Order: sequence, then C-alpha cells, then structure tokens
Amino acid sequence: MTFERPSKRKFDEARPVEAEAGVIKKADGSARFKIGDTEAYAAVYGPRELHPKFLQDPKTGILRCNYSMLPFSGDGSRVRPGPSRRSKEISMVTEKALRPVLDLRDYPNTVVDVFIELPQTDAGSRCAGICAAAIALADAGLTMKDMVSSVSVGMVRGNLLVDLDGDEEHMDENEAADVPIAMIPSTEEITLLQMDGIVSKEDFFKGLEMVKPALRLIAEKQREALKNKYK
Amino acid sequence: MMNHEVKEHIRNALKKGIRIDGRKLEELRPISIETGFLSTAEGSAKIIFGDAEVLAGVKMAIEKPYPDTPEDGVLMVGAELLPLSNPEFESGPPSIESIETARVIDRGIRESKAFNTKSLCLEKGEKVWTVAIDIVPLNYDGNLIDMGGLAALAALKNARFPKMNEDGTVDYHVKTDKTLELQKMPVPITVCKIGDLLIVDPTDEEEKAVDARLTVTVLDDDKICALQKGGDSPLTMKDIEKMVDLAIKTSKVLRSKIVEVN
Repeated sequence: MTFERPSKRKFDEARPVEAEAGVIKKADGSARFKIGDTEAYAAVYGPRELHPKFLQDPKTGILRCNYSMLPFSGDGSRVRPGPSRRSKEISMVTEKALRPVLDLRDYPNTVVDVFIELPQTDAGSRCAGICAAAIALADAGLTMKDMVSSVSVGMVRGNLLVDLDGDEEHMDENEAADVPIAMIPSTEEITLLQMDGIVSKEDFFKGLEMVKPALRLIAEKQREALKNKYK
Repeated sequence: MMNHEVKEHIRNALKKGIRIDGRKLEELRPISIETGFLSTAEGSAKIIFGDAEVLAGVKMAIEKPYPDTPEDGVLMVGAELLPLSNPEFESGPPSIESIETARVIDRGIRESKAFNTKSLCLEKGEKVWTVAIDIVPLNYDGNLIDMGGLAALAALKNARFPKMNEDGTVDYHVKTDKTLELQKMPVPITVCKIGDLLIVDPTDEEEKAVDARLTVTVLDDDKICALQKGGDSPLTMKDIEKMVDLAIKTSKVLRSKIVEVN
C-alpha cells in the first residue's frame, strides 16, 4: 500500500515557507519565519552589558537564547506562560545550534540576547525558532560565518518524511520518530541533532541525506528575507 | 527613566499643540485591525497603532467552575510584556505593569458583563467553558492598555467554540460556528496628563513624560464600567471631568473600528 501524506506533500517536501527580516522595530535585529502553520518571531538585543558580572567572559561575548510558546500557540488547551523544562531545554539547544557560526570575540563581557516567541505551532517549532533567530542575528549585523537552517525529518509508518506536521506527528500514537536537524549550509555541518522514536541506523542516515535539499531551500529563503529588507 | 531634556522638549512642544511625532493632542495614530489569522487560537486579533503592534489570542477549555459560582463560565485575562518587544522589558516573573494591564482590561470585560457567563455552563458545579484571553505586545510603543483592550475585544468577537466530543473532551482541531455573542463592547481609553495638557494614545517616549493618567472603560451607551488612575501626580476634579469627556469622545473612534470585525 502506498502512503500518502495528509497534506499531499512529497516525502522530501517541506511546508511552504515565509521569511521576513526587521519586523521588531526596537530590536537590534529581528525576523519572522513561518513554515506551514508554525510561526516564530525572533528579536536580537545586544551585544549589551551582561549582568550579573560573574557571568561575563573577558575573551568573548556570550549568546543567550530564550524560546517561548505564547499561551494561545499550543495544539490543545492554553500553554501556561513562563519557562518550563521543555522550553528551557529548547532554549539551550537553540543556543548550541547558533553559536558555531557566530564570532563574538570583538564584544568581550557582553551578551547577545535572542528572544524567540511562537504565536502558533503545528510541529517543528524549535526548527522554526532557530531559522528565525539566525535571520535576526544576521539582521543585527553580527559577524557570522554562514546561515543556520533547520528542519526536521521523521519516520511515519515506515516512511521517511521531511518536515513533519502535527497531523503526521500524531498519526500513530507517538510511534512516529522525529529528528530535528540544524545545519550550516556551506559546510553541511550539523549544529542541532535530537531524536525521539525508533529508527534503524540505515534509515537515520538516509534521513540525514534526504533533508539536505529542504535545508538548502530554507537557507535561500532566509537570505532572501535579509536582501528584501534593503530593496 | 527618561532624559530630562527630552521630557522638557515633549512638554514645550505640547504647549504649542504639537506632539513629537507631529500629531495633535487628541489625535490617534493610524490604526489597523486583523483577526482570525492564528490556527491554534480559538480567536485571534492583531492591533496596530502606528509603530505599536499588539496580539491577543483566545483559548477555550472545559473545566470545573469555581465553587462560589457553580453556574458561571470562567474569564481569564493575561498580559505579558515580552522582552522581544522592547529592550526595557526583562525576562522573569510578571512585572507590575503587566499585571496592571491585564487586571484593568479584565475589569472592563468582567464588570460590563460583555458576555453571558451563565451561557458557558455545561453542567452545574462540574463543567463550564473557561475563556482565557492572552495579550502580548510584538512591537511595544506605548498605550498597551487601550491596544490590549481593543485586541481582547476583537479576539473575543473572532472566537469560535471548538467542537465538544460526546465524552465531554474538546476537539481543538474542529471549530464550530458558535460565537461568544458579545453583548457589550467595553473600550478602555487612557487619557494622559502632561503638565496642564491632556493627550490620548501616548507613544513609549510620551508615556515616560506623563504626570498622571486615567483609564476610563467606556460602553456603547457612553456609560463607564471601569476606572484606573496611574502616575505620580494627583488629579483635580476638573481634570477628571475633562479626562472622562475625552475618553468618551475617543472611545467612539475605536468602537467604530471594532464594529466591522468578526
């Protein structure tokens, strides 16, 4: 029996992407990134002085990310505002996903704050947050080696699928495997890699290959967003 | 805090009848309202006043009512001053400004009985609909109470009940066409006093020069249903009279914008 995605997408096809830079006026850099019904805003403030002082690094500025879902952005009932174990972990892996492309040595003792807020989600929210944050960091004029682009690949009913949506994630009562990935496009280095679910080693590496064209497409949208700001 | 010179500049310009963005004292910024663009919220609204942008979302759920009001649905208003929207907002527990914003907006909706909470009762003492409205600035540039209040009304008007399954659970993926049937439109208007002059719709910069403010929540028939005085300076009876009059006048402009929303 052939499998068909509920959205009728091809197996390696990501959802439609919208990207826009400079959407938060008081921020030093900002962006909106939407993939399907998952939407993320990111704002960058800094480099600015870091308090408390003992957190300061005299050799370099530090990156601090904060991922947060707005109370009305969840699939089910209201999401309680404020940090949760989940949001704290995602904030941490987001930081690690973005840090490798940034050079903050010119800004010792400072912090670059990235605030990510999601007004609506339909799976893939950490990936959308990373995509928005990467555009916002570039929009802030910080030195970056390259963009960071992110999307997930998953396994549903034995099929490898790029960019799972909510319908696909819930299709088999948590049987679906989901692998969020972030990549530096020019070097194909991986900066975010997580997984839940069960996948064979062969399928996992097949998935990593399969996701590359979607990531390249997303990187292109990210760069376009930055260019469009100056049109 | 604000630079003393900037504050003086704002005051001096106001005496000549001009605001720093070129508006007249009682003039509002250009306004736009959008609704129903969020897939996860039962109702959503985005309000733009000039450079300021505020989002409101409504979530509904079935929960146990409060023991002292077993037949009433529950209304909840939250506001969060997102650090994303303004470099002066900090992460952490809710600030007093966010609490005041939420409470003043809540008071207007609650006291006006904007919708019939009895109609939200499913099973007395056991099951009622709760309606949670959350308000956040995306771009902060002053006047959050008025913008948030307007956004809340637009999101409530836009809200559609999700489907209730036979076992009493909620299917959030299916929206019905049932609305909250708003009976009143409580519009909060904040009038600010700077020196001897009164302005409405202050920007972030203007707010920092405000001596006193009065939020007046106005109903369709010009009755008022909630008040909140803020700022460090006192107000005379004469001030209050003028402020209430200006609030009522201004509320008509905003009310005309919200009538078209659904």
